[in-house]
Amino acid sequence: MDLDITNPLSDPVLEIAGLNLYYGASPALRDIALSIPRKQVTAFIGPSGCGKSTLLRCFNRMNDLLDNVRIEGSIKLDGDEITSPALDVISLRRRVGMVFQQSNPFPKSIYENIVYGLRIAGVNDKKTLDETVERSLKGAAIWDEVKDRLQDSALGLSGGQAQRICIARAIAVNPEIILMDEPCSALDPIATAKIEELINELKDLYTVVIVTHNMQQAARVSDYTAFLYLGELVEYGETKKIFTNPDNRHTEDYITGRFG
Amino acid sequence: MEREHIIKQYDAELNEIRTLLLEMGGKVEAMISNSIKSLVDRDSQLAERTILSDHEINHLEVVIDEKCLEVLARRQPAARDLRFITLALKIVTDLERIGDQCGSICSRVKELNEEPPLKPYIDLPRLAEFTSRMVQESLDAFVRGDEQLAIRVCENDQFVDDLNVQIQRELLTFMMEDPSSISRALRLNYISKYLERIADHATNVAEMVIFMVKGKDIRHTTFS
Repeated sequence: MDLDITNPLSDPVLEIAGLNLYYGASPALRDIALSIPRKQVTAFIGPSGCGKSTLLRCFNRMNDLLDNVRIEGSIKLDGDEITSPALDVISLRRRVGMVFQQSNPFPKSIYENIVYGLRIAGVNDKKTLDETVERSLKGAAIWDEVKDRLQDSALGLSGGQAQRICIARAIAVNPEIILMDEPCSALDPIATAKIEELINELKDLYTVVIVTHNMQQAARVSDYTAFLYLGELVEYGETKKIFTNPDNRHTEDYITGRFG
Repeated sequence: MEREHIIKQYDAELNEIRTLLLEMGGKVEAMISNSIKSLVDRDSQLAERTILSDHEINHLEVVIDEKCLEVLARRQPAARDLRFITLALKIVTDLERIGDQCGSICSRVKELNEEPPLKPYIDLPRLAEFTSRMVQESLDAFVRGDEQLAIRVCENDQFVDDLNVQIQRELLTFMMEDPSSISRALRLNYISKYLERIADHATNVAEMVIFMVKGKDIRHTTFS
């Protein structure tokens, strides 16, 4: 495909084609095909059980942790097939970071939380670690709040702060993509607003894919929106179109609160 | 049949706005018909009553605006609900302006009635009737979400424009033949122009209905 700078979809970082996923015998994703544009925010929306989190977890092979999961089809990260069993999952997860619904800081200092990824990769140079901590905490918009207590335990932070620490930990290893699975659903509105503002800043450097139950949040933060229903991709397009004039009646009924 | 919202109160709020818009539309139609009746019957009292009734339309404009803002703030409408609310906010402005135009017609009628009639009115009532029907049909199109009817309203605007030009030309000949007719002819000229403006407002409403139904903005385009 030719690169067209006016159309981010012409430069996808992830290309998904013919993706089917089964939990045992029951299909959870059916024939999914979509391209995730680089350095844009893409939101997955849909009612509970529609497969949006399952799809997100395919992008860094989190579904490998579950028994009885079978995947068919193709997911390419910058042209590299990532569904292959031979793939080094650790290096994949360095390229594709993840932030979860419940913030999960490690029971360590704020500093050690951020440098964890570097340490397990064998990096112990203090200058590099210090720089990474500052860059990541600034990138996650929490540097000013914690810079004077980097050696304090990360478990003492508020929910919103802990979530930004997790985002900082994810960007410390310079991933290409950050996956967010309901990152704000356990946060109050102010902490949510801070994360949403942060998501907007993150796309200068990273591709963000976010799963959210909050349709207004998808409308606010994303550039592209995919609506999934019963394991199928019903509609995918620019967020401004999906929320003002979607093509599909199911999409319209869902985003206007007529079913869900 | 449109599916209902999970939150029933949301449906009730949207329906209330729809009902208020229709009430406003009905009052506007009555104003048009009364203003032209006051012209034909030379009824200054009816003209005065019609002018006074404009405050009801102004009041409805304020009420509908408030309800729309409340729904925007509380429900964050999306897609066709969002298009409906933005449409309602714009329709009330057009309807309110139609009310103002009717008030202006009635003011000219009161002035005209202080002098003997210039001529029997044939084309002006025709213009008024046609214009009134456009307003009515644009609102019907809105209620029923009838895109075809809305397109017809837009197309009819040309007929109104042409008839207005014809009336103005005829009045010009009166003025040229008899300068003492100028003040009356000018007032009739104004009335014709007011009716033509009313048809433009009806056309605006119809264009917005097409936007609501199809999500496609056809303003500032031509029909082929």
